[in-house]
Amino acid sequence: MDFASVRNRLAGLEGKAYWRSLEELADSSEFNDYLHREFPVQASEFSDPAGRRTFLKLMGASLALAGVGACTRQPPQKLIPYIRQPEELIPGRPMFFATAMPMGGYAYPLLAENHMGRPTKLEGNPEHPASLGATDVFGQASILNLYDPDRSRTIIGRGEVKTWSGFMAALQAVMNTQRGIAGAGIRILTEPVSSPSLVEQMHQLLTDFPEARWHQWDPVFGTVQGGAPDFAPIYALKEAEVIVSLDADFLGSGAGQLRYSKDFASRRRIDTPKDEQNRLYVAEPVPTITGAKAEHRMAVQAHSIHAVAAAIASAVGVAGASAGSLPESVATFVKAAAADLAANRGKSVVIAGAHQPAAVHHLARAINDALGNTTKTVLYTTPVTASPADGATSITDLVTALDAGKVDLLLIVDTNPVFTAPANLKFAEALQKATTRIHLGLHHDDTAELCHWHVPAAHYLESWGDARAFDGTVSLIQPLIAPIYDGRTALEVIASMNGQLGRSTFELVKDFWTRAFEGSTTQKFSLKDAKGNAFATAEAFWRHALHDGFVASTSFHADGAVVPPAPAAVAATAPSSSASNGFEIVFRADPTILDGRFGNNGWMQELPKPLSKLTWDNVAYVGFATAEKLGVKNEDVIQITSEGRTIQMPVWVMPGTADNTIAVHFGYGQTKLGRVANGVGHNAYPLRSSSAPWFISGATVTKTGEKYILASTQTHFNMEGRHPVRVVTAEEYRHEPKESVEKLGPEVPSKDMSLYTPFEYNGNKWGMAIDLNACTGCGVCMVACVAENNIAVVGKEQIKKAREMHWIRVDTYFEGSPDAPNMYHQPVPCQQCENAPCEQVCPVGATVHSDEGLNDMVYNRCVGTRYCSNNCPYKVRRFNFLLYSDFNTEEIKAQRNPDVTIRSRGVMEKCTYCTQRISHARIDAKTQGRDIKDGDVVTACQQACPSDAIMFGNLNDPNSKVAKLKAQERNYGLLEDLNTHPRTTYLAVVKNTNPALDKA
Amino acid sequence: MHNTSFPEGDFRAPVPVLTPGQGYRSITDKLTGLVFTANTPRAWFAFVGVGFSLLMCLLMALTWLLLKGIGIWGNNIPVGWAFDIINFVWWIGIGHAGTLISAVLLLFKQDWRMSISRSAEAMTIFAVVCAAIFPIFHTGRPWLAIYWLLPYPNTMLLWPNFRSPLIWDVFAVSTYATVSIVFWYTGLIPDLATFRDRAKNKIVARVYGILALGWRGSAKHWYRYENASLLLAGLSTPLVLSVHTVVSFDFAVAVLPGWHATIFPPYFVAGAVYAGFAMVLTLLIPLRKMYGLQDLITMHHIENMAKVMLVTGLIVVYGYACELFFGWYSGNTYERFMLINRTWRGPYAWAYWMLLLCNFIVPQLMWSKRFRRNIPVVFFVCMFVNVGMWLERFVIIVTSLHRDFIPSSWQMYYPTRWDFLTFFGTIGLFLTLMFLFVRVLPMLAIFELKTLLPEAKPKASGDGGSH
Repeated sequence: MDFASVRNRLAGLEGKAYWRSLEELADSSEFNDYLHREFPVQASEFSDPAGRRTFLKLMGASLALAGVGACTRQPPQKLIPYIRQPEELIPGRPMFFATAMPMGGYAYPLLAENHMGRPTKLEGNPEHPASLGATDVFGQASILNLYDPDRSRTIIGRGEVKTWSGFMAALQAVMNTQRGIAGAGIRILTEPVSSPSLVEQMHQLLTDFPEARWHQWDPVFGTVQGGAPDFAPIYALKEAEVIVSLDADFLGSGAGQLRYSKDFASRRRIDTPKDEQNRLYVAEPVPTITGAKAEHRMAVQAHSIHAVAAAIASAVGVAGASAGSLPESVATFVKAAAADLAANRGKSVVIAGAHQPAAVHHLARAINDALGNTTKTVLYTTPVTASPADGATSITDLVTALDAGKVDLLLIVDTNPVFTAPANLKFAEALQKATTRIHLGLHHDDTAELCHWHVPAAHYLESWGDARAFDGTVSLIQPLIAPIYDGRTALEVIASMNGQLGRSTFELVKDFWTRAFEGSTTQKFSLKDAKGNAFATAEAFWRHALHDGFVASTSFHADGAVVPPAPAAVAATAPSSSASNGFEIVFRADPTILDGRFGNNGWMQELPKPLSKLTWDNVAYVGFATAEKLGVKNEDVIQITSEGRTIQMPVWVMPGTADNTIAVHFGYGQTKLGRVANGVGHNAYPLRSSSAPWFISGATVTKTGEKYILASTQTHFNMEGRHPVRVVTAEEYRHEPKESVEKLGPEVPSKDMSLYTPFEYNGNKWGMAIDLNACTGCGVCMVACVAENNIAVVGKEQIKKAREMHWIRVDTYFEGSPDAPNMYHQPVPCQQCENAPCEQVCPVGATVHSDEGLNDMVYNRCVGTRYCSNNCPYKVRRFNFLLYSDFNTEEIKAQRNPDVTIRSRGVMEKCTYCTQRISHARIDAKTQGRDIKDGDVVTACQQACPSDAIMFGNLNDPNSKVAKLKAQERNYGLLEDLNTHPRTTYLAVVKNTNPALDKA
Repeated sequence: MHNTSFPEGDFRAPVPVLTPGQGYRSITDKLTGLVFTANTPRAWFAFVGVGFSLLMCLLMALTWLLLKGIGIWGNNIPVGWAFDIINFVWWIGIGHAGTLISAVLLLFKQDWRMSISRSAEAMTIFAVVCAAIFPIFHTGRPWLAIYWLLPYPNTMLLWPNFRSPLIWDVFAVSTYATVSIVFWYTGLIPDLATFRDRAKNKIVARVYGILALGWRGSAKHWYRYENASLLLAGLSTPLVLSVHTVVSFDFAVAVLPGWHATIFPPYFVAGAVYAGFAMVLTLLIPLRKMYGLQDLITMHHIENMAKVMLVTGLIVVYGYACELFFGWYSGNTYERFMLINRTWRGPYAWAYWMLLLCNFIVPQLMWSKRFRRNIPVVFFVCMFVNVGMWLERFVIIVTSLHRDFIPSSWQMYYPTRWDFLTFFGTIGLFLTLMFLFVRVLPMLAIFELKTLLPEAKPKASGDGGSH
């Protein structure tokens, strides 16, 4: 620093000079340099014409990089940790709550798995007599309905979004005008109802408004051709040696199917070759899974079932019964069945189908009474549903009232009659004659469209409630989640009409049961716990009932429900069956989407229908002979005309369908339900009439010449002599237990032939046994697997290309003549081969063996060569050909099981034996310092199975149930001759055929 | 070999490889002239136009494939492999002719190979390029498959599964591609130097000069060149056998009836040579005409190749017979069903009979010398063989997969437009590469052809063709 120069500079300045540093003051060249450099290098470069470009480039780059910096996601909100963790809630561990699914007026008892406040999976309530831990396909799939993105979300009043209070005000206004005329203009249409609290409210409403009417309609439940019988049977199939089904699909439909399957299968899950099995005779027009289980099945037209019933009645000595003339084959069948029944008095049962008219039910009861079966294998009680009304009659009455202009207020609860009502009633036209029309439902469907008001209904997993199971046992329904879309319950709406506006469903239900406990309700209940002890307080009862999910003492068995007297005169003589000409149309609810209520449920659309394995469509079943007569093949479209109404539908040739019978399934052809259901399939409702809801004769059928593509997951139903399902007769099995089963498959190579010493599985050695003798082929294992393992829905087009994703499939095979085939089912999950062909060929080692014997699939490592699938002889591997998992629909994400990875495009997947459940059991065992016990691990398919056909466990434990099953003589491995050493094995079908019919 | 030991007209007497009257200069002029010319044949533009358009289709198909997934193809469960692997095996098979001609025939001192070896080798490389597209892109996640199948040290300590035939494939095909490219390029060096010397444009000369790696044609260069050629030929020869043997293991190692067969390795190798020669003929017949190379690629060449085709074709047919016999002789239900399904009852039986027509019946025309020397007939037969060899892989892959062990999982396979676009797209890639090659590189080995001239043998009697 040169002080002299500073002094010189100051001297040469005029006025005030501001300086920051002596350097500046000195105006030295170093300082000037520094000034340039103070702002990074670029400052000087900017003044340099050549350097300016570089500067601008760098500016641009830093702007761009600033953008890159913004990619780091900043936490948008403060996260609040659980300082005090909610009681009982452990993150990562699901909680289970007992609840029940109401459907068609009955309760289907459930346990709901809840992850951090969202229900993800439904399982059967193991304590409940109607479930015993099993579920049906609907119970499994209904969880998806909760998260259906197409559910209606707001109250709509005359086309505009309205509030609940707005709706209430409008409803009260109408109610006030009705008060003066005793409610003469009020009509309420519901499905059948067994809910005690709702029934109480309805009764109060009908008391306050004596002229109001309650109608019931459900296309599937509570409608009997020609009026319902005034009694309801509850069967005890465990006690029955001989079962005769008259068009009754007791294993595949109806509220009691789970219990019936369980009891029926318990007599088929034989332990030793000497065990006695039950024997099933089925006469039915269309093959059902019940028919498939029959030792002897006879295809009989629906209207002729009455004649079969009469013939059996006559043969077993029912007074006044006389057999008409039957075709010889049917007569032989009847003779054998009747002889078997007579030989098993008190140990047999005749079951009449829900699709058969009251006369057949009366005959069945008369036979059971005559054989002394009543009270032993069957209990006749009053119907479980309250105020039962025959659906077809009831809705006819409603339409009459509508047409007469008598209806001022029509409240439609949870049913879609515009779509489902018998076509002859022209319900949509009649509906519009009601002055005020209110629809309460999950979807803004066809009926909502024509109503002034639409109120979104709460899903049963969002609401409180109660209902009775098939045997009368009361279940309490508790919600698993707050209503997602502000849905309302029927109870809430009816209560508001009863002047209880503003009371929540919870209050209404709890109040009802508190009063029931006190005995101040009109319906009387005996409320005791499972051991028969009375409760101290209403609160104790309430907590107990919620915990268990049901009140055991309310069962009609326990309750001693009134047994209605047998009808005096039995219509024992069948109407002449020769009168029919043309074709007989048989109506059936679709096996997966039912009357259409599961139409927007992708799981159900994709669940192959039992026997036909069709997905995403409904069809008309015709038998072989009829198909030949009509000149039609699968996928040909036919036109069916009945009573002047016409529909078109593709044909599926179903072996075992009665001649001249066309079975159509309704539920499809919807247009307003949602993105999944709309435009799928053909509507069969236009053929249905209120006088003949289940079968009608005299239809004409013509071939249209058009084709309609159908997507079936199985295209080949012939076993080709390979016996994937091994079937032996009880006789053979008794005499040569091992040989009779072994001879059906090729020789199995000895395990000692390998050069290597086999791997020793110490500790757990997981395995599965599937009892084909018990399996009914209902398909619930498939839906349970889908729900548990986050399996994607792929759509019809992909199914048609054979790219379905189910980890377990149920194969169906037909054997014998196409007119009277034997039908077999085989659930096929991954066989978890010890010597797995898939593992060896994977180039990246994405499928490897665990030391517990699981064939593990490592999604992260999979590159998708599909070689493993090519080399899998069981073809159980599934490939994500496209991006099948739905990563976009927010609503559905909440359903997913957090323990299972969502698979992305391009990876292979398959059954893991529910490895996440094994892990849970392992962690539990470890924290308790013990080994995993038998029964700790229950796979999803096993858990759901109503016939307990699937057993899983540790093969190293000789006392485990699965090890014992595998020790049976009828145990065999599928394709064991390929030396794959499958861990999943099958127990052969043992047919307990009637020797008298075998000879014939 | 001395022609004097055979009487006049004896069929064993060596036939001159080239039409007499050629000289060093004429050959060099002719072959360099094909590249250093302003008069590209019109047909060249037509072929490249078609090839390039198809190549664009390939790019489109692969882009869509990457965006959507394998689902755009017709593959399903049970038919996990279809066009993808059919095309892969077909292309790899085609590639075999080049190596066989340049390596095996070199070791057997078959002079006639010199006229066709260069283009056959080029064809090999391009066929391998086309083939390589399929194993990479047919995977569900090609962005991972492209390196996860390689054994590279990584932090996860994961190695590929060395038991899987697909890993053997990776080694076999990558080795084959590497050796083929090195062999081809080594062979090109002296000719690239010729091009360098002949080029009038400086930039062109520079480019050829770089590619020629400083070749000056000194005796030392030639000495090392000959040694390298011989070594590479020795390396390539086992590859001719190994590559398709390994490819056949993809099938033979599997448990699937129709795949699990011990006859596969020899049968696949024969099939590969068969297909390769058919493809070489398919390409050379029009090229020869287009560039007027009848003097260098003579009827003698065509006839020889037709003979190789006939012999390898018969080996392939023997393979078919073995499959039938062993299927029956095994007594195994699944094997027997597979044969019945493949040949008679199944929905794809037509493919089997078409295959026999293409690979067995039509090539029998080659027994006749008249037909072997009739260019349209040879070309016609080659086209049948090309189709037939594709059908053979279709029969093996699709027909075996679509009906295997458990009848419930039987399904049909239908290809989609994307399957066809991808396949024809690779043909486009092949054509494009092939015609770019003939445009910028010597498509016949100039220096080798010269060794066939009488001048190359100072002590020869002067009638050419003998050493």
